[in-house]
Amino acid sequence: MKFNRRQMLILLPAAAVAWKSVLAGTPEDSPNYRMSDHWWGMLIDVTKCIGCGNCVRACATENDVPDGHFRTWVERYHVTDEDMTEPQVISPNGGKDGFPMAQEDDKKYFFVPKMCNQCADSPCTQVCPVGATFVAPDGVVLVDQKYCLGCAYCVQACPYGCRYIHPQKDVADKCTLCYHRITQGLTTACCETCPTGARQLVDLKNPKDPIHEFLKTHNVQVLKPQMATGAKAFYNGLDGSVR
Amino acid sequence: MNGVEGFMYPNEVGLQWSVLIVLYPFITGLVAGAFILASLERVFRVEAVKPTYRLALLTALSFLLVAPLPLQLHLGHPERSPEMYFTPHSTSAMAMFGYVYLWYLMAVLVLEIWLDYRRDIVMLYQSSKGLLRLVYGIMTLGSTNISERALAIDDKVGWIVTLIGIPSAFMLHGYVGFIFGSIKANPWWSSPLMPVVFIFSAMVSGIAGVMLLYMAATRLRGQKIDVHCVDTIAMYLFYIFIIDFSLEMLDLIHRIYEADESFRSLNFLVHTQLYIPHIVIQICLGTLTPIILLGITQVVKLNEIVRKRMYVVAGCLTLVGIFAMRWNVVIGGQLFSKSFLGYTTYKMTLVTREGLLVAVFLTLLPLVFLWVFVKLLPPWPEKAAEAAAAGD
Repeated sequence: MKFNRRQMLILLPAAAVAWKSVLAGTPEDSPNYRMSDHWWGMLIDVTKCIGCGNCVRACATENDVPDGHFRTWVERYHVTDEDMTEPQVISPNGGKDGFPMAQEDDKKYFFVPKMCNQCADSPCTQVCPVGATFVAPDGVVLVDQKYCLGCAYCVQACPYGCRYIHPQKDVADKCTLCYHRITQGLTTACCETCPTGARQLVDLKNPKDPIHEFLKTHNVQVLKPQMATGAKAFYNGLDGSVR
Repeated sequence: MNGVEGFMYPNEVGLQWSVLIVLYPFITGLVAGAFILASLERVFRVEAVKPTYRLALLTALSFLLVAPLPLQLHLGHPERSPEMYFTPHSTSAMAMFGYVYLWYLMAVLVLEIWLDYRRDIVMLYQSSKGLLRLVYGIMTLGSTNISERALAIDDKVGWIVTLIGIPSAFMLHGYVGFIFGSIKANPWWSSPLMPVVFIFSAMVSGIAGVMLLYMAATRLRGQKIDVHCVDTIAMYLFYIFIIDFSLEMLDLIHRIYEADESFRSLNFLVHTQLYIPHIVIQICLGTLTPIILLGITQVVKLNEIVRKRMYVVAGCLTLVGIFAMRWNVVIGGQLFSKSFLGYTTYKMTLVTREGLLVAVFLTLLPLVFLWVFVKLLPPWPEKAAEAAAAGD
């Protein structure tokens, strides 16, 4: 293949950008990440989710999530006018393989992606007897798996069902917000693969992050606000029936 | 999905805490209750229960030694459990376990038993030979002075230790209740009444347990059961049981009347999966029946044999009821989804690390310890009298 000068002028900057991304994905080449500069969260736009399950699959692949356990999953709600407080919810295999065809009726259907809410006042870190799970200075709730006892108290304390005991490692496991990626300037695997942009990684300490404008102009909610966990998974268009 | 009805969050399908975690509060409850019974004689001078004083202490020790085992077996990494001592997390209720346990074991129970038995230990040390002499020699901790003055000091210090032991026993078990009661994510557990209910149910189970052990052991030894003693124990059991039941009913009525967002889900659970263990076994069989039996013995003049039989039945049912209560708290609290939209089931395994056989073994192990302790340090009043006579 031969390139002329014009093509080279277009390709070289593109290659430079691509090369920069490759470099950014290499942990040892990221000396500039400062935890105190960030306060991570996630924006989940329920109105955009199509329930394709890409995020669940990407998360499982990226983080080697064991079968039958989920760092993220998608639920499909079916809400009838008669009883809005008792929705019918399904999440077959966490939505990993998509969803069966919905029955044809005029009721409300929608998808809700779920994941660790990266709570600022997280009940799971509060109860850990040895402090193996903690809120990092950049707002991500992490588990030190070399320290965790595997007592499962944190699993019991999470109001959102986001934690599990890893069947092979016998320690608590959960969404790390793809910490190995976001500290390299990348986004999370679920955000990367979402075809509709229903998930967006947000940095609340970054004044240029569009989340600030979004929060100002939209009706955004967190799950189970009565739990007062300081959740940082912000949901746009969340129906009142969602648990 | 198999065993699931309605919708569970996908990570909730399997239960995290098994029958071993049911055993843990059951065992610590017996410890706390047995100690409270012992303190009736020591601090509150209820002389009638004196025949059970030492047995109650040894029972508490036997069960306390086994108490951490179910927790250890449950941990994914038991080898890391010492970290709870070295790097406890200040905000965690569970991080307190090691300290509460050690305090209760070493500063209260072992010390009190040692002080109470010191004279006997020295006498046994002087009269035994061979390996036993060595064992008793170690148990004296080098303190062989059994002069009247020394024994008077033992008695005084023992009294103080028991006095400290009462709030310690409450702390030991109230703390277990707090572990559950402080989990706001779980409405079945989350209740400020939980530690109080745990304390009273502990007293009930411990008192019933020691009463049964005393009756069984006395019978096995071919001795006559001190009826006045068991009458008194049954009376205390009856009144404490009424307080315990009232607290549990208060919790239940409050939940029903308040009927918050979790009520529909919990109500369904109590009427389906938990109907047998909660309504039938815990409330009807394990609480109301013994309360009625004990109540009859309080108001109707029955002959000795009938009373003793009623105490045995009431005591056994009490233990079944308190075990069911622990089961319903621990297992019941994990059977419903935190979404309040579905239910899962608990399938107990048989031979795994957290299976039925291990649970049965751990339930029987304290009795083996108790047998050893009773052989080493006979708790029977006539033995104490013999030792005293030999000393004089």
